[in-house]
Amino acid sequence: MRFLILISSFLISTLCAAQEYEVEQKNKMFSVKEITLKKGDTVHFKNSDKIFHNVFSLSDTQFFDLGSYPKGESRAVKFETPGKVEVECAIHPQMYMVIDVKE
Amino acid sequence: MKAAVCFLIVTTGALLVRFAVASEQQYNFKAGDVSLQHWLMPVRMDEPKDNKQTAQRIALGKMLFFDPRLGRNKNISCATCHNPLLGWSDGLPVGQGHQGVPLPRATPALYNTGFNVLQMWDGRKRSLEDQALAPMAADTEMNVDFDQMISFINSFPEYRAAFKTAYSEGVTKEKIAKALASFERTIVSDNSPFDDWIKGDASALTGDQIAGFKLFVDAEKGNCAVCHNPPNFTDNGFHNIGLKVAREKPDLGRYHIRKVAVLKGAFKTPSLRSIAKSAPFFHDGTAKNLAQVMDHYLQDFTHNKGVSPALKTIKLTAQEKQQIIAFLHSLSDRNEIPTLPVLPQ
Ligand SMILES: [Cu+2]
Repeated sequence: MRFLILISSFLISTLCAAQEYEVEQKNKMFSVKEITLKKGDTVHFKNSDKIFHNVFSLSDTQFFDLGSYPKGESRAVKFETPGKVEVECAIHPQMYMVIDVKE
Repeated sequence: MKAAVCFLIVTTGALLVRFAVASEQQYNFKAGDVSLQHWLMPVRMDEPKDNKQTAQRIALGKMLFFDPRLGRNKNISCATCHNPLLGWSDGLPVGQGHQGVPLPRATPALYNTGFNVLQMWDGRKRSLEDQALAPMAADTEMNVDFDQMISFINSFPEYRAAFKTAYSEGVTKEKIAKALASFERTIVSDNSPFDDWIKGDASALTGDQIAGFKLFVDAEKGNCAVCHNPPNFTDNGFHNIGLKVAREKPDLGRYHIRKVAVLKGAFKTPSLRSIAKSAPFFHDGTAKNLAQVMDHYLQDFTHNKGVSPALKTIKLTAQEKQQIIAFLHSLSDRNEIPTLPVLPQ
């Protein structure tokens, strides 16, 4: 019985393994407008522009400020709470995307 | 199969060309050169679906914009501070509102404001329709009592008729804002010597102005284009440019709207089109002229707390500084000041 539980929990964790996503910042835009992911997934925000960008969210679901960083650099956020997270660049207000975190 | 490969090569080639055009190292500083065409303003400006530009709306907005009787004391209009003779600004370091009380920030020049992503120095208003009523309502600015203002407007058959033809209904706050926004969208700067030069008129700029343009875009020299992007000479973004601030009650700018560390003391990058017409400069009006603007960027200020990471210390010779200033003068639009409206009496 114990063995069975072990096996099934192993199966569940592989099937539901946390995913990694990459969102690019290019030409003063996020490469996607909206992504849907699962609780526990991680998004890497990579700056591919020659200028500095910032990544932050003031959403109730999850609050973060990754600061400002130059071309080639990438910073990551793990999404732990289900709900919609609005992500923006503080420097360029036209840069806006939504991350929909599912249970 | 062969065709598919050819197609691939052609599209990749086209992509490579596009990429080269987008990078400023690839500029060919010749009048009319293809690499410079993205510095021309778009021909059309976006407008809200529920407030399409019409001649009647623009004409009504112009009347309202210039009518000083709309202020509480019947002596202040939009044009009091946004004066077309002073680059649609007021020539003052900071604005002066109702009864001459100084405001915390400079009056923004209105050139190309319809192209802005956000309005106001701190971007707190999204559209011109949203923005128009704010200075009217502010007790420190026009200090308007809207009921009083609407009955004043309604007392003139000419105004009533103008609202009817523009919006096929009566006078409301919302319609006033829409008409003002329609007029403001006509305040465009896109017909300067610089534009002529980009279009191919080699005689439109002087040698110094062309040299100034090169310095302006050169990241190792002026580094101005890092924020003053084509075509409207703005990234529509917010930066702390390291201006000295009062120790007590510093103006935190965009941070008041979005509580993110990088926005402390950050203000919107203004367009530089027709900039030479609207001195003094900066959100606090502390630079009397363009030379003082350049002097600010030439100081070693980037280690000041909170300065935008986009900025770096620049070094220019006295001649190079003058060339950038000469270039900035070439951005002045030659369109004539619009004719004044006839106000209902
Ligand atoms: Cu950005």
